[in-house]
Amino acid sequence: METILFYVLAVVTLLSAVFVIFLRRPIHNVLFMILTMIGLATLFILLHAEFIAMVQIIVYAGAVMVLFLFVIMLLNLEEIDLPREPRPLRWGFGVILSLALVVMLFPVFKSIAPIINGVAQNGDLAAASNLDLIAKELFTTYLLPFEIASFLLLAAIIGTVVIGRKLTKS
Amino acid sequence: MESAFPVVLVVIKTLIVLAAVLTFVAYLTLIERKVLGWIQVRIGPNRVGPWGLLQPLADGAKLLLKEEITVSSANTVVYIAAPLIVVVCALIPFAVIPFAKGLGLESLLGPVAGKFDLNTGVIADINLGILYILGISSLGVYGVILGGWASNSKYSLLGSIRAAAQMISYELGLSLSVVGVLILAGTLSLVQIVEAQDSVYKWFVFRQPLGFLLFLIAGSAEIARTPFDLMECENELVAGYQTEYSSMKFGLFYLGEYAHLLFLSSMMTTLFFGGWQGPVLPPVVWFLGKTFFFVFVFVWIRGTYPRLRYDRVMQFGWKALLPAGLFNVMATAFVYMIWVQYVSR
Repeated sequence: METILFYVLAVVTLLSAVFVIFLRRPIHNVLFMILTMIGLATLFILLHAEFIAMVQIIVYAGAVMVLFLFVIMLLNLEEIDLPREPRPLRWGFGVILSLALVVMLFPVFKSIAPIINGVAQNGDLAAASNLDLIAKELFTTYLLPFEIASFLLLAAIIGTVVIGRKLTKS
Repeated sequence: MESAFPVVLVVIKTLIVLAAVLTFVAYLTLIERKVLGWIQVRIGPNRVGPWGLLQPLADGAKLLLKEEITVSSANTVVYIAAPLIVVVCALIPFAVIPFAKGLGLESLLGPVAGKFDLNTGVIADINLGILYILGISSLGVYGVILGGWASNSKYSLLGSIRAAAQMISYELGLSLSVVGVLILAGTLSLVQIVEAQDSVYKWFVFRQPLGFLLFLIAGSAEIARTPFDLMECENELVAGYQTEYSSMKFGLFYLGEYAHLLFLSSMMTTLFFGGWQGPVLPPVVWFLGKTFFFVFVFVWIRGTYPRLRYDRVMQFGWKALLPAGLFNVMATAFVYMIWVQYVSR
């Protein structure tokens, strides 16, 4: 049952990801990207990592993609405005770079694959949905990185406010 | 057989809740019109059935029989998908609202009940209930944005941009206003939050008055009830993002709107007023009674307050609601820690 569900959701997620790249209208790309994000969240749920799934939906599918949609709607980007065929040089670069990424990621996949399989079978990842555990780790073991990340975000917020403010003459 | 049992029970529960929600939503329109009528010293609908009780049926039949118009310049797929997104996002959060303590089926279920933890008055008791609700409500914005965009009309687009900006802004305030309750209850599961309020003085409204006020305000802005219904204010924008919709597609937007109202009322009941807890009467009655009281409060607010100006709405959201919410979280956490560390020991 869970295996069937996994394959269905994985196919939906991957297909949406493919559509993100290959559809021509920007707004459709964004819609499929939202679908990809939701698909990823469902896969997290299947791994018993409900917390990450919910955060994935709230932050990426809910907040970040709304901004994407806003920008595309306000710029009113249509197919006509986009370059029809990608230039051959860029195309070649793209292929080379993606291949390089696969080569780089391969050892990572290879090293974590047995862990993921083992954990998914044991259901140990259930701990990942335990808020107490996550909070404790975040505020003890990983306190410094957590605070640095918060500080960076705060700086980004202040930065956007400063940039977005109208300049007053005085 | 035994393994299929929980699935069947969940399906039955879902059907019951769905049927109840849809019926209540239909009658919310009648309640709204009647109460508004009383407030404005009118009678309200009274032609169809006694006391206008069959009015929702007549409205539904009318919506179904109207001509289905798809604007020729619309982006068809997105245009059709938008009302569906709104309705789905309005209905699925009901899955985590605990409407009663149990189903009262102990004798029928026997030992199976304890084994699968089935005898709960909620479709899905997930331990991240609040996050689930916030996640779904953040997805609901898409229906509004896409509906306005796909209609390819200026009123619709302006309405949907207003709506989206307002919903995103007030979502922050809404999330922050809930955090105080979560700190005090020590859980994100709605079932456990209700169980933590087992007597009247433990209702979170008394320990989180500011949180409740913020939730009321941010909530009514989130579902675009009257002081905040800038996205469809008829004297500027015709009907906002719904302008180009007709027939059942419009009906779906309407359904979503009232389902949101019902959901927000039940959330207030659950988070701040003890959910199904109450003496003598059965839990479901308490839950529905409290929920419909808040529905009445929302209609009352609609009949009392004029609409705000849009820039004021945004300013209020960012400059008043958000700081107040942050203050509430900090103060609650501070007092709670002092209480846990020094007083309760």
